[in-house]
Amino acid sequence: MKIAVALTMVPDLVEELEIDPTGKALDTQWLRYVLSESDDHALEQALLLKDRHGAQVLALALDYGDAEQTLFTALAKGADEAVKITPLPAGEPGRRDAAAIFAEVLRAHPVDLILTGVQAINDLDGHLAGLLGGLLNLPFVGVTRSVEVAAAGALVVQKEYPGGAAAEIRVSLPAVIGVISAPQPPRYVPVARIREVMKTRSIGTEAAPGVGAQPVATIRRMYKPEAAGQATMISGAPEHVARELAAILESRGVLR
Amino acid sequence: MLSAPPRPWQREFYQCIQCGMCGGSCPLGHAMDYSPRRIIHLAREGLLDEVLRSTTPWLCVSCYTCMARCPGDLKITDLLFPALRDAALAAGVQPPPEMKRALDNTYRYGNPFGEGPRKRLEWTKGAGVPVPLISQLKRPVDVLWIVECYPSFHPRNQRQAQALARLLHALGVDFAILGPEEHCIGDCERLAGEHGLFESLVEHNAQMLARYEFGEIVTGDPHAMNSLRRVYPGLGHRYPASHYVEFLARRLDALRPLLRRSVPARVTYHDNCCLGRACGVYDAPRDLLRAIPGVTLVEMPFSREMSVCCGGGGGGMWLDTMIWQTAHERLADRRIAHALASGAEILAVACPFETSRFEDALKSTGNEGRLVVRDILELLDESAAPQSEVHT
Repeated sequence: MKIAVALTMVPDLVEELEIDPTGKALDTQWLRYVLSESDDHALEQALLLKDRHGAQVLALALDYGDAEQTLFTALAKGADEAVKITPLPAGEPGRRDAAAIFAEVLRAHPVDLILTGVQAINDLDGHLAGLLGGLLNLPFVGVTRSVEVAAAGALVVQKEYPGGAAAEIRVSLPAVIGVISAPQPPRYVPVARIREVMKTRSIGTEAAPGVGAQPVATIRRMYKPEAAGQATMISGAPEHVARELAAILESRGVLR
Repeated sequence: MLSAPPRPWQREFYQCIQCGMCGGSCPLGHAMDYSPRRIIHLAREGLLDEVLRSTTPWLCVSCYTCMARCPGDLKITDLLFPALRDAALAAGVQPPPEMKRALDNTYRYGNPFGEGPRKRLEWTKGAGVPVPLISQLKRPVDVLWIVECYPSFHPRNQRQAQALARLLHALGVDFAILGPEEHCIGDCERLAGEHGLFESLVEHNAQMLARYEFGEIVTGDPHAMNSLRRVYPGLGHRYPASHYVEFLARRLDALRPLLRRSVPARVTYHDNCCLGRACGVYDAPRDLLRAIPGVTLVEMPFSREMSVCCGGGGGGMWLDTMIWQTAHERLADRRIAHALASGAEILAVACPFETSRFEDALKSTGNEGRLVVRDILELLDESAAPQSEVHT
């Protein structure tokens, strides 16, 4: 089985985000990127499948942010091949652009299974996994917490639903799976191993295909959360607090 | 499969006489499946796999007791346990989750908290005195102060950094800090067995320090001092480095007139492992405490070379859950009982890990309010503060 993992970078929230002078975008002067958390789980899921079933794992990343470091780390963890898709137009691509680029590359290099995170903190207009499934016309299951091989050419995935419900779904390959979490946390790889890989392995490159104009959401204004109201602290004897609470709930139409 | 011990072990540990002093001395030896003596024996026989997959490699808190007592002068703390952990990681063993997060953060951000580099300056806002950045001064300074991670980011330890800033200012010391450029010196990462991470930190720090001219390095973190003094030189990076207790004790004549306010209290001092057993610094902290008017210094059981670790070194700050689950004991809880037995009102420390560890130990042992934990810096700062302001 050949597995491709689509890895994307998202703004690293370790530094406070700032808005640029246009008021419509993040200021990228201090912005750092980090691998999206659920993409990290997608990579772990791929490596677990490789550990159990001997798959070939291809890590794919678009060339922005810390893509190279992320790809070397993926190789150190056990990916067989790492490929950077480059060059990209300046700046961070939107999710629809990213999906279109990944889809073109994967159409040219077909695999049995495409894994990626089901969500990212910068998802604004669609999730990469679902968009990929649609563009490649492949079966798609999102929000999975486990992916296992059921038989030749088929998987069984555990998909989470709201309210704590889950389902086991049989999926025929090829398919796209949107991972919310791997069955175990992403593995730790010693820094010595990453440094060794950086000296002894290389990252492949794939020319970024032209994908034309994708639908985009227009950002009219970007702003930090604004305080919308004041909390009312009720103090005093429990009876008094209860009376005040009941009055507030009644005035809001919650109690009748 | 690890069929043979890594080379440094072979060189070092074939001299072991198998006396068992190491396991008998280890404060967590009772919880280890394999004592250091047994590990060395198994290493010689090429039978380390079981050890690597046990909890034993992660139970060492790098207190240097075994090393201080080993009749063969074997580097058990500096070599054996880091090599064990390194071998475990290389064999695919996952470190305990808190340690994993700290190591990941340190690789990415240069500090175990996962804080952004720009936040390294946050503590200076509360110092009340200018804290210059060496990159902005653009001239040589007498003292380059390596603040280190805990005093930079941990709210409790920021008070220690602020106190040292005020004292350096009051003494008229020409000093500067690195600020956002600073990365962890890497002592705990080294002892945690992450030698690749330690190497990358050493590379970063050596390149950065080469850009500036300074007379000496001062740090408030004994772990940083341990590596700067004992490990960096072996890697070709020699810096005159002191812990603040040494730096200030050398300036007692200038410091003493500043200590005008009395701190009337019985004070006991906890010898931390890196300053004490690793670097042999026992008198300087006591000299500083004795210089504070009103302080009566009392010794607690197990002081100086016999001191019992707080449990935070060598990655112990990130192993609390694992050690608690395995040993059912926190070393800080054991040590706080010694401090209480001394009858002291204040437990003085000189390590940023210890303030929060001992304050937590007071709470977890039901002794909150019976003792106050203060860094020596905080006591000096209180004594040196103008009558109108006391920073607590």
